[in-house]
Amino acid sequence: MPATEQDFLDNPLGTNPTLEDVLDGFEFLDDWEERYAFIIDLGKQLPPFPDDARIEENYVHGCQSQVWLISHFHEADGRIYLLIDSDAMIVRGLAAIILVALNGKTPRDLLATDIDELFERLDLFRHISPTRGNGLRAMVGKIRDIAAAESAA
Amino acid sequence: MNDLSMANTATREAFDVQAVRRDFPILSQQVNGKPLVYLDNGASAQKPTAVLDAMDRYYREMHSNVHRGAHTLGDRATAAFEGARETVRNFLNAHSTREIIWTKGTTEAINLVANGLAPRLKAGDEILVSHMEHHANIVPWQMIAERTGAKVVPIQVTPQGELDPDSFNSLLNDRTRILAITHVSNVLGTVNPVADMVCQARARGIITLLDGAQAVPHFRPDVQALDCDFYVFSSHKLFGPTGIGVLYGKAALLEDMPPYQGGGEMIERVSFERTTWNVLPYKFEAGTPAIAEAVGLGAAIDYLNRLDREAMEAAENALLERAHQLVETVPGMSIIGTAQHKVPVMSFKIEGLHPSDIGTLLDQQGIAIRTGHHCAMPLMDFYGVPGTARASFAFYNTLDEVNQLFTALQKVQRLFA
Repeated sequence: MPATEQDFLDNPLGTNPTLEDVLDGFEFLDDWEERYAFIIDLGKQLPPFPDDARIEENYVHGCQSQVWLISHFHEADGRIYLLIDSDAMIVRGLAAIILVALNGKTPRDLLATDIDELFERLDLFRHISPTRGNGLRAMVGKIRDIAAAESAA
Repeated sequence: MNDLSMANTATREAFDVQAVRRDFPILSQQVNGKPLVYLDNGASAQKPTAVLDAMDRYYREMHSNVHRGAHTLGDRATAAFEGARETVRNFLNAHSTREIIWTKGTTEAINLVANGLAPRLKAGDEILVSHMEHHANIVPWQMIAERTGAKVVPIQVTPQGELDPDSFNSLLNDRTRILAITHVSNVLGTVNPVADMVCQARARGIITLLDGAQAVPHFRPDVQALDCDFYVFSSHKLFGPTGIGVLYGKAALLEDMPPYQGGGEMIERVSFERTTWNVLPYKFEAGTPAIAEAVGLGAAIDYLNRLDREAMEAAENALLERAHQLVETVPGMSIIGTAQHKVPVMSFKIEGLHPSDIGTLLDQQGIAIRTGHHCAMPLMDFYGVPGTARASFAFYNTLDEVNQLFTALQKVQRLFA
């Protein structure tokens, strides 16, 4: 099934949960086990990704796991909606955090969001640092490119 | 769930692993609040104090350029540098130090040989590699194949992770010019029957290269007994510094090969009319070499020579055996690579888990392993996996660390359940 506009609009991440929900949730986690259990749970909330969108054009080149990303610019509200998938569960969870922060935003708001700062606050920075070849950095780069293209359009 | 602490009762005689660990200062640190368990030795091994001290002492007391100086420091540096070459010659049981070429590592050594053999190749010739090669023993051959019209042909691997002898026999033919295979697989740990294969190849006049990068950390090769034309390895996997490696080559072939890079040191005489090459091994060592690194590699080999190699190998086998025994304590876990003859390298997968998930959560528990394709994509394709998780052991690892790995894997699995 190809992705419809509704598939994009139905992605709850960003609205449910919101970034505040995630930050609050993280605050109460003491050890790495709880933190990663939380991340893995977030990954399970990624909406289904359309099979026919798993093509080279949508592939995010990382080092290890496979990551796909597609976007839709919704003319009616001027916001960008995103869908992401990965075959690694922790990467799915981290992608969910990125979506919570960036999904359903206007290009301007999206570009103003500092993901590095967010990951530092969550003590997850090393996952997104340039030294870790897991594709997260490329994922964020691709989203920002999409936003930059839309705001220039 | 099995109680792993109960499994920690086996004893190792004649090899004091705790004493050995004290020789490796990096091992006694904490990572993510847990004692470091370093099981990524196949990617790069840690360095004993003997290596660190030798390099430090070299820079403090004897550094100068080699083969140049009309002064005392130059003599000292040259003596240390050439002394290391003799140590490597002895380690490999090579005939002469003329046959020991310093390179940046295994990768450069293979590129050097591939370039040197290119003039012998023509369209239709075949270069026989295997399906379990590291990319470093595939891509350089593909590059010269492209230049010459030769073809790179892979020997098939069995599901257990051994080279398929039928495939090897059927692929050896009159067009085969080069056999380039790994002594030990970096992914599977398989020790290949290279002596027999080299013997068969040589009977047909085929030039042979063995990639020893994963072999030398575990046992000592004897290049005269193997009778291969080339043997290559990297220092950093052999507990020595990064940035240096070794190409052993039979003198007659090296003599016949053109130089790899031009520059200083590799020439006998330079003029605009005619430049002539230096003698072996210097013909292949253009520019100022990695002197301190050569000294460090020599110190690493000296260090290994002081250990009881047989006891060391027995201890390593015990690690692998323990690991294999504990696989059943992690539901859904299976080993990739179950060859009869293996070094202590364990690639594995756990059903439903991506290797990168396993690696991340082991790291949280202070355990360093490698995850991914291990620069062996054709082999990953063969097993139909995106990558594997790989624990690769060294003689300084303990049975308790093996237990910790499995306790940690059980925890990883609970987290994803």
